[in-house]
Amino acid sequence: MESFTPISSLVGGALIGLAASILLLFHGRVAGVAGILGETLRGDGTRGEGVFRAAFLAGLVVAGIALRVVYPAAFGAAGSSSATGIAFVAIAGVLVGYGTRLGSGCTSGHGVCGLSRLSKRSIAATLTFMAAGGVTVFVVRHVLGVGQ
Amino acid sequence: MKTDSRSVLIAILSAAAAGALFGIGLGIAGMSRPTKIQAFLDVTGAWDPSLALVMVGAIGVHSLAVIAAKRRERTALGGIFHWPKPAAVDKALLIGSAVFGIGWGLGGFCPGPALLGAAAGNATAIIFVVAMVAGMIARHTSARREAARTAGTS
Repeated sequence: MESFTPISSLVGGALIGLAASILLLFHGRVAGVAGILGETLRGDGTRGEGVFRAAFLAGLVVAGIALRVVYPAAFGAAGSSSATGIAFVAIAGVLVGYGTRLGSGCTSGHGVCGLSRLSKRSIAATLTFMAAGGVTVFVVRHVLGVGQ
Repeated sequence: MKTDSRSVLIAILSAAAAGALFGIGLGIAGMSRPTKIQAFLDVTGAWDPSLALVMVGAIGVHSLAVIAAKRRERTALGGIFHWPKPAAVDKALLIGSAVFGIGWGLGGFCPGPALLGAAAGNATAIIFVVAMVAGMIARHTSARREAARTAGTS
């Protein structure tokens, strides 16, 4: 059971927005994690772009390690990291990887950066992945009865 | 080239700081807890609307940066703005987003929080990231094949 956390979610969201703003104002780049990771895997662009992407990903990794030390609750209680099983997790990962590259973005690229620009494509993408996610959770939890 | 190496250093440090800030924001916001994501998507169950406020906070701050950036010709480091090219809503965008949404609902991870959790040593997140990378490579491969086919028929 998850409780409503308006303050921490607003503050965390503002930090995400600030991070995206640094990338835009200093680098002229969209802070889309799927794009940055995907282009890294493909080795796209110049050496400078590669260094920029590696630096961003390194910062994200350092944040993960730091959170584990000072705020482990960020990753949920032990043993409840996912409401669903390992097989679901692996299938989910493949779908997220394939889908974000086919659809040119994820929650950060479309949901934060695209919506901030009022991009029509990002609005369509965000509505689509929110709806698909909602239907999926409905089917898994209330039709199949998994993870309740 | 003293100024040049200094601007390279600023570029690297600002990108790393953005990555770190992004990750800390995800953690504080609750985005790195799959059960919280699924509770947000579970509108008909024990719905937790917190993540709507993550969007409000992030878009509230970032839309100001977008307004500031649109007024400028150059970035703070003197580079150009790489705005995504305007394009139509097409099938790839909608199908890709739907596939992503299904995976997001199933696993409770989107790419940023998954990387964050994997870096923190969370076993579920590590499995998810390995699978996500495989999915990305699968899409890159199919995109290359499509491009080759189009080039062959024209």
